[in-house]
Amino acid sequence: MWDYSDKVKEHFFNPKNAGAVADANATGEVGSISCGDALRLTLKVDDDTEVILEAGFQTFGCGSAIASSSVLTEMIIGKTIDEALQVTNQDIAAQLEGLPPEKMHCSVMGREALQAAIANYRGEVWKDDHEEGALICKCFAIDAVMIEEMVWANKLRTVEDVTNFTKAGGGCASCHEDIEAILEKVLAEKGEKFDPDAAPAAQPEKIAAVKTPLTNLQRIKKIEEVLESLRPALMADGGDVELVEVIGNTAYVKMTGACNGCQMAAMTIAGIQQRLMEVMGEFIKVVPATEMAKLTNIEVA
Amino acid sequence: MADIYLDNNATTKVDHEVVDAMIPYFLEQYGNPSSIHKFADGVARGLKNARQQVQALIGCEHDSEIIFTSCGTESNSTALLSAIKAQPNKKEIITTTVEHAAILNLCDYLEKEGYTIHRLPVDKAGRLNLESYKKLLSDQVAIVSVMWANNETGTIFPVAEMAELANAAGVMFHTDAVQAVGKIPMMLQDTKIDMLSLSGHKLHAPKGIGVLYLRRGTRYRPLLRGGHQERGRRAGTENTASIVGLGKACELALRYIEYENTTVKELRDRLEKGITESIPHCFVTGDLYNRLPNTTDIAFEYIEGESILMLLNKAGIAASSGSACTSGSLEPSHVMRAMDIPYTAAHGTIRFSFSRYNTMSEVDEVLKVMPGIVKTLRKLSPYWEGDGPVANPEQAFAPTYA
Repeated sequence: MWDYSDKVKEHFFNPKNAGAVADANATGEVGSISCGDALRLTLKVDDDTEVILEAGFQTFGCGSAIASSSVLTEMIIGKTIDEALQVTNQDIAAQLEGLPPEKMHCSVMGREALQAAIANYRGEVWKDDHEEGALICKCFAIDAVMIEEMVWANKLRTVEDVTNFTKAGGGCASCHEDIEAILEKVLAEKGEKFDPDAAPAAQPEKIAAVKTPLTNLQRIKKIEEVLESLRPALMADGGDVELVEVIGNTAYVKMTGACNGCQMAAMTIAGIQQRLMEVMGEFIKVVPATEMAKLTNIEVA
Repeated sequence: MADIYLDNNATTKVDHEVVDAMIPYFLEQYGNPSSIHKFADGVARGLKNARQQVQALIGCEHDSEIIFTSCGTESNSTALLSAIKAQPNKKEIITTTVEHAAILNLCDYLEKEGYTIHRLPVDKAGRLNLESYKKLLSDQVAIVSVMWANNETGTIFPVAEMAELANAAGVMFHTDAVQAVGKIPMMLQDTKIDMLSLSGHKLHAPKGIGVLYLRRGTRYRPLLRGGHQERGRRAGTENTASIVGLGKACELALRYIEYENTTVKELRDRLEKGITESIPHCFVTGDLYNRLPNTTDIAFEYIEGESILMLLNKAGIAASSGSACTSGSLEPSHVMRAMDIPYTAAHGTIRFSFSRYNTMSEVDEVLKVMPGIVKTLRKLSPYWEGDGPVANPEQAFAPTYA
């Protein structure tokens, strides 16, 4: 069984605002019955203030779909529709104290229902801009459709390429066989053949590797340089990283923004460590700055 | 009331007698069966006894036809890979669309390797068409692999007849019988089945022990090569305690097989009748007249299975579902899709599977809570209004992406 948070269970067992709003003036219907989840969100919006007075949901779906719908209605009641549109699927997941990676799409469905309902209120037609495929990378919640599109668009050829562009496969690496299968399929469609030893299509910008042993100052400068090169990728996800201290071969970093408290933070830190070791040619340990407090005597360490 | 376990097709509780039989093999007779000392001298006898207990349950001619493996999946993989390795010129495999993943995913893989896989479809009641099966049999087919009984619906396939047909065409026949062994009587020596897989944990033995039955004279190539264990057909030090446990479990299964087909069947029938009579818009899936005695799979329309399971779990009742959400995939169970069950019902299927430990008062308890659970979830469903489904549900609620 899924490891649902208490918050998910609370909203599932005692859903808030279940059922349709009687005299709704906004309706959003999203989901896919073939995938087993579908949601109708009905809102009553005050025409003068554009404040959402009432919200109700009807959901065909699993525990987390019902919980996401329920918590969404709680989050948007009392907000203006412009404020409500600021609610992201991460906000929904965070409000539920996290969702398993396979279930993140339930929070996406909540956000899309909201967009659809507001579009309906404004007399617009909401168009779904994403198609969902089977979940491939469980560490970073990347699905097959996303990987296929990236392989097509960026002429990717190897698993390493896919990891560089989508992050898929960059965590536990269990999905590499599936990623190879996608590469085989897409490359076959393009009339090419998948070669696991092919040179990567596009190398992310690499900093020249260090050959000689480093002084502490050089080490710190180099670490800064590497973090700088990784920053754009982190910022793309709404996060950032800051170097706090370097003691010996241990770098203490502070994860900020969306990285802070993200379930993937540990994975990201492992990725940073990997990149640092590649570039610096020596063992480097990357540790969250919060761990520094545990050092009883920094000088000795 | 104590928790109620109705998920016995997933796995079963290990019988006390089985545990008792195993313990000396952990604490006293823990020697390697190949060793010559007193820590091992009872082990070979224990293994031989277990082999004969398995033999008695499945009715095969010789106890040397029993090969102990680590699980049903290993037995399945061994059977199929052996058949294609022993007959390298034959490039086709016949199976069904409703097999367990242990067969289907292996076949998908072999398809990538260049094999032609024929997947027999089933009708709305989950039955195979033997005419189309006959047409596929040829000297190009390395092996036919058809499950004895389906894990989700309990539907029993005519494997004895299919094995006769395969044999007449000179084709090897394997059956994945992990759900059938111990629930229905079998006498393999009277059939033309060449290989059969069974799994300990489905019949009150521990997890991690299985059997491949290999008819004497069937051409065979081992999956694991190494030591001489299992007459060189499955290398690796014997899982002695579990083998002894499986033997005991087979002995018990044989003792209870009539009970399974009378008392356990009554429990199943009572639950099924009670649910379908008290809850509107639900139906039983599979071949109602040809099923395992312990299994019922019921589709509750317009609601989703994982939600039902969570509410059942809260009420202390364990079952399982064919919904996509329970597995993390995007499709409902391939068995439901193969039977062409509509999506609005396929996602709401719940399988209740019984064992000899269940009681009638447990059935009554499930019947007490089930209507309320369905009602609660239908109140939330966009396909439901008041006391019934909305008119033309699939049209009335057709969300943006499908």
